[in-house]
Amino acid sequence: MSSAMKNESPQWVDVCSFKDLQPNSGVCALIDGRQIAIFLMSKNEKIYAIDNFDPFGEANVLSRGLIGDLKGEPVVASPLYKQHFNLETGQCLEDEAVKIEAYATRIESQKVQLFI
Amino acid sequence: MGNKTRIVVIGNGMVGHNFLMGVVEAENGLSDNVEITTFCEESRPAYDRVQLSSYFSGKTADDLSMVTPGFFEENGINLRLNDKAVSVDRKRKVVISQKGDEIPYDKLVMATGSYPFVPPVPGHDNDACFVYRTIDDLEKITAAGKKGKVGVVVGGGLLGLEAAKALRDLGLETNVVEFAPRLMAVQVDDGGGAMLRQKIEELGVNVHLGKNTTNIGPGDQHQLKMSFADGEELETDLIVFSAGIRPQDAIAAECGLEIGQRGGIVIDNQCKTSDKDIYAIGECALWSGQIFGLVAPGYSMARTVVSDLAGEDATFTGADMSTKLKLMGIDVASIGDAHARTPGARIYTYQDGSDEIYKKIVVSEDKKLLLGAILVGDASGYGTLLQYCLNGIELPEHPDSLILPNRSDESVGLGPDALPESAQICSCHDVTKGDVCNAVEAGCTDLGSLKSETKAATGCGGCAALLKSVLDCELEKSGVEVNTDICEHFPHTRQDLYNLVRVEEIKSFDEMLSKHGKGLGCEICKPAIGSILATCWNDYVLKDEHLGLQDTNDTYLANMQKNGTYSVVPRITGGEISPDMLIVLGKVAKKYDLYTKITGGQRVDLFGATVDQLPLIWQELIDAGFETGHAYGKSLRTVKSCVGSTWCRYGVDDSVGLAIELENRYKGLRSPHKIKFAVSGCTRECAEAQSKDIGVIATEKGWNLYVCGNGGMKPRHADLFATDLDKETLIKYIDRVLTFYTRTADRLQRTSVWMENMEGGLDYLKSVIIDDKLGLSEELEAQMQHVVDSYQCEWKTTLADESRLKRFNTFINSDATDENIVFVKERGQIRPALKNDPRSETALAE
Repeated sequence: MSSAMKNESPQWVDVCSFKDLQPNSGVCALIDGRQIAIFLMSKNEKIYAIDNFDPFGEANVLSRGLIGDLKGEPVVASPLYKQHFNLETGQCLEDEAVKIEAYATRIESQKVQLFI
Repeated sequence: MGNKTRIVVIGNGMVGHNFLMGVVEAENGLSDNVEITTFCEESRPAYDRVQLSSYFSGKTADDLSMVTPGFFEENGINLRLNDKAVSVDRKRKVVISQKGDEIPYDKLVMATGSYPFVPPVPGHDNDACFVYRTIDDLEKITAAGKKGKVGVVVGGGLLGLEAAKALRDLGLETNVVEFAPRLMAVQVDDGGGAMLRQKIEELGVNVHLGKNTTNIGPGDQHQLKMSFADGEELETDLIVFSAGIRPQDAIAAECGLEIGQRGGIVIDNQCKTSDKDIYAIGECALWSGQIFGLVAPGYSMARTVVSDLAGEDATFTGADMSTKLKLMGIDVASIGDAHARTPGARIYTYQDGSDEIYKKIVVSEDKKLLLGAILVGDASGYGTLLQYCLNGIELPEHPDSLILPNRSDESVGLGPDALPESAQICSCHDVTKGDVCNAVEAGCTDLGSLKSETKAATGCGGCAALLKSVLDCELEKSGVEVNTDICEHFPHTRQDLYNLVRVEEIKSFDEMLSKHGKGLGCEICKPAIGSILATCWNDYVLKDEHLGLQDTNDTYLANMQKNGTYSVVPRITGGEISPDMLIVLGKVAKKYDLYTKITGGQRVDLFGATVDQLPLIWQELIDAGFETGHAYGKSLRTVKSCVGSTWCRYGVDDSVGLAIELENRYKGLRSPHKIKFAVSGCTRECAEAQSKDIGVIATEKGWNLYVCGNGGMKPRHADLFATDLDKETLIKYIDRVLTFYTRTADRLQRTSVWMENMEGGLDYLKSVIIDDKLGLSEELEAQMQHVVDSYQCEWKTTLADESRLKRFNTFINSDATDENIVFVKERGQIRPALKNDPRSETALAE
């Protein structure tokens, strides 16, 4: 599954326009065959990006999870079995051994960019 | 066979059955070593005779049954239904049955109960004279009641007044004729009896005291004429004798067991009769010169015999005869030495002529101990008084403070902390405070789990409030701070949040968070508050400010399945659907290749839609006239119905019509958890309404309403809430119950658990909904009306606004589809592919 591995020479790529994002919710982008969940947390005005694939439920669903924080850590809860993933690191809070990819994000002239 | 002990039980009444349950549940493995046969001369196995009069207010014989389905079969108990034990041959140790069989025993248990005493008045055997003991008796009374207008109960005791309630429920002009100069002569004194009489007469029952019936003959206006010793006469269409009970000791007497002078099988402290292999328990047994006509002492005897059979030490040492009951809605309680027969006893009485309350306590000469009490009209102090009496707790300086109205905030009740470990909390199941404390320590930290663990408060339920206070006290003591905060973001319960939303008219999560919370919120508080906002204001749930609050399924108005696809369920009200509409469903399912299945709620579920297909599918469904089914929401799901009187030969009313009306009324109501209804057109109950949150069953006179039932993981039989309602009242009650539920339940708490945890239980809910104790009725109805008036089909709203459809694209930057979603065929339809299924070429190419 090469798509799950990080690009060897990452760079900033345009994904969509800022207004394509859903406030306090997620959308999914397809970048080089890789599904990436992108969230807009309105309250702290941050954009987060992690893999869309839920390793527990084995389905591409994380972009459809509820976001929020647990003890200050920004998280998404999987819509299937409710495991939490840290939106900045991809670390699963319930299982130390599980970590998914997280990506840096930024806005450049109204475009959402991912470092991938 | 082998060397198992053969036990024969004569009588499958409440006590006989309690004995069987005791054997089956005994932790000492007793049930493995015995082989049981039980006689039951009635046509039904054990049922709840205490609740007999509720048969007239709508409960069925099945409701009253105490036997769980399969009990006899599963436990290998040989039930001889409709067969009577006619004699016992003690030499050969066999019981001879009416059918002529001989059943050998090693141990015999007589639980033959009692029979109603009928005074030998000339004419007592008239066809229109009845007794009040079995369901068969009730059926006969019901049949006779339909033909007559006036009914008389002979006997003004506890059972007599129960019977009077039954006659009143049958719509008869009801009279109570009592030989003694007051009602309930055993339990209450003249003062209490007078108050009771006044209250009962206000309910339209005529009370005739000090009447000695001398003859029953044919009447002029009515079927019968009763003549009394004082020369007066009374005409009636039927007579029910309820003038006391006599122990059913005929078989015992015939086989030579020792019988008391005035009847009753003599037993010792192990409940053994004069034959050491024969026990007697319940109302047929005479212990220390006493017959116990209550069920709790009978259960206590049954427990003693179970222990004795297992070789454990156990003694029956008499029983407390204190009682608390509700007669025609009137609270009456009697504790201990109610008549102050103890030498030197002092009496305090309190009488409130305006609210019709009578209270009396009997205390010891030194005023330190409570000996007895009588309560009429308000029995709320029963629990506290009983604990004082049973546990010998020293009375406060002024004992009358226990019965005087409490007009300050200071509580005079006995704190649970003051009770000794041995104090009995639940008399029905003999649960002590020690048992409760142990269960709390073992992790039962809410009322529901405590009840199922200890069985306390699952009998008559009278001790529920006391149980709750012991629980709270124990939790507080053990330093378990019971954190009822919904999550780390809000220091509030769901109920607090609900009240904040209403009182401060909060309209969004952000507003709630900034006023009362901290952080960003989470998947607990967001949907909970989203649901509360929807319950109260009923906005479109996918409005920008609400979108991020919705749970998985609500966000896409469909039900997510394990592979990330969705299922679609359009509303089919009452399960009624035309062929044309059915064809639409078939066509849509076929077009999008969806797996179709009929649901338990009488609709059709279409599985396997990808997120981008949802708007396309719904556009077709809505164009054809369907609307959303809210299968994705914590909201009203379905109102299941049977076909009802329109088609069914047995139908009493139009269940489908009512189901459709109810479903259309409550559809869209967001609530703490999902809500299911059902409506049955007759008591055959084909719609299974008694397993639903709200169940309605047609009767000859209207609709019976059941509440708080559940199927699923922990089934709960719904409680009969009100009977013979017209449709308007029915809907009012449902409005109120549902709004009260959405106000007060915890997050994700179904109505069944809500009820189990409600202090005061069913009676409390009735007092709020029917008697309007909190003065909330109008508000509750108005709130529901707002939800009804602001209903919208969420899919229709979604489709009407193109900007909302972008969310349904699988990818924000591509038209591709999710290649991880793969289906295979099974039985002619799709299903999600498993890891080991051979994948198609496209999937493998990845």
